[in-house]
Amino acid sequence: MRAVDWEVVIGMEVHVQPTTRTKMFCSCAIAPLNAPPNTHTCPVCLGLPGVLPVINKSAVEACLKTAVALNCEIPRHTKFDRKNYMYPDLPKGYQISQYDLPMSHDGHLEVGERRVRIRRVHLEEDTGKLVHAGDRLHKAHESFVDLNRAGVPLMEIVSEPDIRSAEEARDYAMALRTMLRTIGASEADMEKGQLRAEPNISVRRTGTTELGVKTELKNINSFRNLHRAIDFEVKRQIEALESGQSVKQETRGWSDAEQRTFAQRTKEFAEDYRYFPEPDLPPLELDPAWIEELRRALPELPEARRARLVAQYALPLHDASLIAAERELADLFEGAVLAGADSKLTANWVIGEIAPRGGGSFANEITPHQLAQLLGLLSSRYLNRDNAQKTLTAIWNTSDEPESVATQKGWIGQVHDDVIENAILEVFETHAQAVADYRSGKRQALGALVRAVRAAAGGNADPSRVSDLLRAKLDA
Amino acid sequence: MSDPTHLTISELRQLLDDRELSAQELLGLHLERIEAADADVKAFLRLTTAKAAEQAQAADRALRDGTAGPLAGIPMAVKDVLCVKGVETTAGSQILKGFKPPYTGTAVQRLFDAGAVMLGVSNCDEFAMGSSTENSGYFPTHNPWSLDRVPGGSSGGSAAAVAAGEATFSLGSDTGGSIRQPAALCGVIGMKPTYGRVSRYGLIAFASSLDQIGPFARSVEDCALILQTMAGHDPLDSTCADRPNDVTRGLHDGVEKMRLGVPREYFEVEGMEPGVRLAIQKALNTLESAGAELVDVSLPHTDYGLAAYYIIAPAECSSNLARFDGVRYGMSEQDAQNITDAYMRTRRKGFGAEVRRRVMLGTYALSSGYYDAYYLKAQKVRTLIKQDFDDAFANCDAIVSGTSPTVAFPIGSKTQDPLSMYLCDVLTLGANLAGLPGISVPCGMSEGLPVGLQVLTPQWREDIALRVARAYELAADMRVEVALVD
Repeated sequence: MRAVDWEVVIGMEVHVQPTTRTKMFCSCAIAPLNAPPNTHTCPVCLGLPGVLPVINKSAVEACLKTAVALNCEIPRHTKFDRKNYMYPDLPKGYQISQYDLPMSHDGHLEVGERRVRIRRVHLEEDTGKLVHAGDRLHKAHESFVDLNRAGVPLMEIVSEPDIRSAEEARDYAMALRTMLRTIGASEADMEKGQLRAEPNISVRRTGTTELGVKTELKNINSFRNLHRAIDFEVKRQIEALESGQSVKQETRGWSDAEQRTFAQRTKEFAEDYRYFPEPDLPPLELDPAWIEELRRALPELPEARRARLVAQYALPLHDASLIAAERELADLFEGAVLAGADSKLTANWVIGEIAPRGGGSFANEITPHQLAQLLGLLSSRYLNRDNAQKTLTAIWNTSDEPESVATQKGWIGQVHDDVIENAILEVFETHAQAVADYRSGKRQALGALVRAVRAAAGGNADPSRVSDLLRAKLDA
Repeated sequence: MSDPTHLTISELRQLLDDRELSAQELLGLHLERIEAADADVKAFLRLTTAKAAEQAQAADRALRDGTAGPLAGIPMAVKDVLCVKGVETTAGSQILKGFKPPYTGTAVQRLFDAGAVMLGVSNCDEFAMGSSTENSGYFPTHNPWSLDRVPGGSSGGSAAAVAAGEATFSLGSDTGGSIRQPAALCGVIGMKPTYGRVSRYGLIAFASSLDQIGPFARSVEDCALILQTMAGHDPLDSTCADRPNDVTRGLHDGVEKMRLGVPREYFEVEGMEPGVRLAIQKALNTLESAGAELVDVSLPHTDYGLAAYYIIAPAECSSNLARFDGVRYGMSEQDAQNITDAYMRTRRKGFGAEVRRRVMLGTYALSSGYYDAYYLKAQKVRTLIKQDFDDAFANCDAIVSGTSPTVAFPIGSKTQDPLSMYLCDVLTLGANLAGLPGISVPCGMSEGLPVGLQVLTPQWREDIALRVARAYELAADMRVEVALVD
């Protein structure tokens, strides 16, 4: 198999739970992950006879904000439709979704160097959850229905098949997450099921334009697994095609335990969902003034911020991309620079030291002020690199001042005067010219001498003490 | 004092206010009447005697305290499609047997808040699908005027209860004529409000874009009062309009100088009985003598209305009834092989033939490949029918016609021929397709059975419909009679 012969084509369907207090069509609170089954339900989301849906305005607002941020077109009129199918996790026997007039369409998202086109962003409701007693579905002796999630709002973000690799697919999903968090539309936590990525994957001979038969992957619960699942699936498809078999159009699941995809449901017969306009909800008129207001209220988007980081701080594009990819990282970077830290040094530390430590959130772990102070100590050589790293670890997740922690730990200013004086004698030998310059009145030579002495003394010497002792000797 | 089971709300209120009668006594008299008549009429599926006693007691207290609402102590019957907390509500279907809603719908709650006393749950065609109440999953209801005849439907139990003196008023739902047609066949007043006038929250849906809750009553004034009490914006129903509740405006102002449109197509429908035509003609003459001007109008797409209706209503019903799957409530057949088998067993056993027929029709009409030819085409016809009414109302204030082409027909005479049953709605379903209000008032007899006059008006002009009906009531000296079951 030669991967170079094949082109990978991926389109992404991403379901995102917008940040709302209540469900899509009723006033039930959104259940926390560990809530006991069926404790966040009411007649509406249970689908009892006689109930009616009422649209959650904040879900519509989150969807429109997302659409605007993804450069989508937003129509004047939109409506909800019923998608009809029967399953025990779907209380009404239909899902309220959007079919031919979605809330938005035709946008794009920049992912690294690639522009991924967005086909549509629409709103719908989630289904409930089935729990089967027994170890396997077909052997289950009993099944239980939990409707806590039934009616939870979901935005479905559908991309065009513009993605060409597992890496790009992962980067796309991560870029989407950053975007959603930046604009406050969703927490977009994959582990909590707030962002569910379903890649549609096919391969074709390099140079051909016809799309191959695609498979859709489900139940992927992390960015890492998204990457792995697509890698696996691409290899599986290429192997099948190269050995003369065909790829079946089907939905496949990802098994985390076995690290492979497996067939879930064939799509040989397309299900007929009998979509028709939801008669219980009047069509929505989207006021352009409202959309404009949402557009104006958007914070700076990751793409724009990346460009600004390059322009304003002279960062390399690569560094700017890494920093702009996480809003909190970028906020930390800009905050520290504003507090006086050197931008290049800050960028290095944010990328090399801070980002690897964070679990996706940095807001509570370190403040821009702490970082700026720490980097100040480093650049003025109060701390060497090792001790600066140790100090970072010590202040992580605390509100302690780096300087006092480092002092207390003995990482600053604990070099004995004897050592400094020996170092001065050494420097008088090695830097004779600077000593002469100083003594002839070039006072600015002092700085270089202080640095040299501190280096000779091991790097940790308190600069002001060094300076005092040095001047005493020079002026003697 | 005349028999209180024959009286109107306003007459009863006078007696209650004058302490000639208590709400509890009034309840007792109705329970006696039900005891005497309902074995023959079978208007009620189940009585809610304990609830009624509680409500009557509360009404007496409120009447004493001077805090009584406009319907204090007035006995009503509630169609089996309206959810009442803790009261078995089954939509006339076996599939919901035993289902007790955990909530009360908005319209019923507003009537409770106004002091009404709920006697019980009245019979109807299963899921409101039918024109004779013979499709009830329990038993048919009989017409109090002639027990071997149907009361009309689908709200046949509610119409029969008022006609038989078993309730002062009642509630129905009207999707294609299900209030107006049984009102006509039972000789009582029945009204379907504008779509969006009354909240549908708590109404078990048949066809969501057509369904509307409305009253049966013995006088136009009563009808207006009940409607006014139920109507108005409800945050739980997005299709319920936030509009001024002005249905009683100008109720007694008469029809002088009013232009009443007579649609020629509504007098040429298939199967229109000569006796019915004659009674309607007399009613029109009465309105003319009262000062109204009769004008010819045309509703050219009338012929297509029935076909469009029998696509749209089944399409919506096929989706609305998907929730009755035996998983969460109601009938649930055990011993199934798998989930599909469980669905099939439960629904085959729980739904009657007419409901199954409409679910299949609707499923077909929405299926890929047929959607454009059926559902979409039917929606286009619906637009044309609305346009017909708009054009007609450019030339008149209200449209008057018969409500049903026939008087009450013998039980069993149409059950083998669904199409002849569907034709019962030919004069009423246009108002549902166009979302218009319509009222049926009794206008004499044909072959010893009641005939109904229908008044249709533009959307939100219930006031005009009620005013025309009131003018007719006055001019014809019409009084809703209680049929004395022999």
